[in-house]
Amino acid sequence: MHMKTLTSTLLASTLLAGSAAWAQTTLTIESWRNDDLTVWQQTIIPAFEKAHPDITVVFAPSAPTEYNAALNSKLDAGSAGDLITCRPFDASLALFQKGKLADLSSMAEMANFSDVAKAAWQTDDAKHTFCMPMASVIHGFIYNKDAFDKLGLTPPKTMDEFYADLDKIKKDGTFTPLAMGTHDQWEAATMGYENIGPNYWKGEEGRKAIIAGTAKLTDPQFVEPFTQLAKWGPYMGDGFQAQTYPDSQNLFTLGRAAIYPAGSWEISGFEKQAAFKMAAFPAPVPKAGDPCYISDQPDHALGLNAASKNKDAAMTFLKWVGSEDFAAIYGNALPGFFPLIDKPVKIADPLANEMLSWRQTCKSTMRYTYQILSRGTPNLENALWATSANVINGTQTPQAAAAEMQKDLATWYKPQQ
Amino acid sequence: MADKRPVRWHIGVFLAPAVAIYTAVMIFPLFATLNLSLYTTVHQVSQFVGLGNFRKLLGDPNWSGQFWNALGNNFWFFVVNMAVQNPIGVALAALLSSPRLRGAAIYRTAIFIPTILSFVIVGFVWKLILSPLWGIAPDMLAAVGLKSLFAPWLGDAHYALTVMALISVWQFIGIPMMLIYAALLTIPDEVIEAAEMDGITGMRQFWKIKLPLILPSIGIISILTFVGNFNAFDLIYVTQGALAGPNFSTDLLGTFLYRTFFGFQLQLGDPNMGATIATAMFGIILVGVCIYLFGIQTRLRRYQF
Repeated sequence: MHMKTLTSTLLASTLLAGSAAWAQTTLTIESWRNDDLTVWQQTIIPAFEKAHPDITVVFAPSAPTEYNAALNSKLDAGSAGDLITCRPFDASLALFQKGKLADLSSMAEMANFSDVAKAAWQTDDAKHTFCMPMASVIHGFIYNKDAFDKLGLTPPKTMDEFYADLDKIKKDGTFTPLAMGTHDQWEAATMGYENIGPNYWKGEEGRKAIIAGTAKLTDPQFVEPFTQLAKWGPYMGDGFQAQTYPDSQNLFTLGRAAIYPAGSWEISGFEKQAAFKMAAFPAPVPKAGDPCYISDQPDHALGLNAASKNKDAAMTFLKWVGSEDFAAIYGNALPGFFPLIDKPVKIADPLANEMLSWRQTCKSTMRYTYQILSRGTPNLENALWATSANVINGTQTPQAAAAEMQKDLATWYKPQQ
Repeated sequence: MADKRPVRWHIGVFLAPAVAIYTAVMIFPLFATLNLSLYTTVHQVSQFVGLGNFRKLLGDPNWSGQFWNALGNNFWFFVVNMAVQNPIGVALAALLSSPRLRGAAIYRTAIFIPTILSFVIVGFVWKLILSPLWGIAPDMLAAVGLKSLFAPWLGDAHYALTVMALISVWQFIGIPMMLIYAALLTIPDEVIEAAEMDGITGMRQFWKIKLPLILPSIGIISILTFVGNFNAFDLIYVTQGALAGPNFSTDLLGTFLYRTFFGFQLQLGDPNMGATIATAMFGIILVGVCIYLFGIQTRLRRYQF
């Protein structure tokens, strides 16, 4: 009798668990955006689950520096989540070629995105798209508006005005003119060289010329940004060679620096910490009246794990990610990550809106090292980190840095040989 | 006469668990890595290339430049550790074993504590101490009027590697100290008393009596330092990042291996070349350990009391 009760209880519980699992699908999202965990949990996922009560979404991020290695291991072991946040370009392309990411080219929502927005998650011939574009980041300079008002400065439009402002800030002595260090190297490349560079190499025109082999990295338009960087050191404060990225962020948000060479992803963090007014200006142009170009870098997208057991639910989620609704929720929940969708999206945050407005006045381009050119050995992006930091540190001349970049690229890239 | 011994099954039975576990977690992965270094991947297909990867690592300037740079840096890292950590460790142990020293236990604990801290904490703490913005190093130097000596060491290609090696010394000084301290305690009092009867005291006693008796321990410490330093990775990774800046001046074989195997930023991981570097590291450590075992350890004189 006793035994019988136990058996039936077990049986009942098994059935219950089984039917619950059948009704409720759980989707897991792999991501490196661990900073955004609360935004996903409190804003994005509830918005989706409200419309789709039968799907539970779990956002499971890992540390940005470990993401690629961890994701590759999980995909190989078959334990990765259903939806994969895609890095731009080669890292995701390699996953697609290995059959780890599903082909999403046929999704109707892909029509909501321009070719430039999709380029980061396509095969080289643009025939297959494997991730739904989510957001881009825009580069420029964020400045301390209170400091500018106090010193009577106006945001610079040209490089000459930029240095004139820096000189005035330095002379006054209250603020460190530029909040940037070279210890971690990548800021020198990403917020330095690739931030001001597009104005010299004319954005997409110069980037595509390098890929096509019709321009060289030793041409003046690619050496000049290095020459500009070489002047930055004296404005960066004592010991900038050992100043790390978090050091620079703190220096600026504590109100001790005037100008921060920035990516738009800083906006939400800065707005939480800084007690002063902030505004932004795009990379100054070489001469007054020159056309301006901004680095509008595709940053992340969402792909489908080809081995997912919940493909239907995952596709439902992806369709939502490709919609205008999602773009509005995402762009406002994470100011500084700008929706890539081809439709106007209203961003409430003024600083984010200011940076987004540059898309109207300047032409968008992306970091030139990202597409195709960082596929070989030596790796061009790694080389750019080292050379940009060297140039600011004064341990390498702009010409030598450019020559090294060209030599590295030419060793393996056929169109440059 | 039945002089045939019974088969001693119990030996095998008792050894089996250890052998099985060691094979699964050490020997098998080791050979798998060696094997991986003999292949290359072309269009997702693995191809046998024999020693081709090693030829690439040592012969292709794109690889060999980084390899020799990392090996040279590793060698300097080891030299600084040997030259600073071990003499100071021996000196500290000698001081601690002095019967006249008060509070030896406190010193011993304090000096040993960094060894049990994680690399992440050590790297973070030292980055803060040496920070030109908020570090205490510039303020402390300024307090004694030596502010001009301060430099952003971790960002200067001339100093960064040496500073990293000294941080490693700070962290691991407790190991040689403890081992030598233990060795000094095992020296019988009779030997010391006999030396005193012969009039050998103080520093002479240390050089003539104690040092020869602890030489085998110093040998062991040297080889542990060698293996530890040529496997070093964590401290550089947490302090200087995977690109081991500035300009690769702190790149060790470990960080070079990490970047190659797992990839970094836009660089995609290459398990085959990564395994090749791992195998080269294994070879270097193996040769070093063999030189010690057959060249040095067999010549060390041991004393029986």
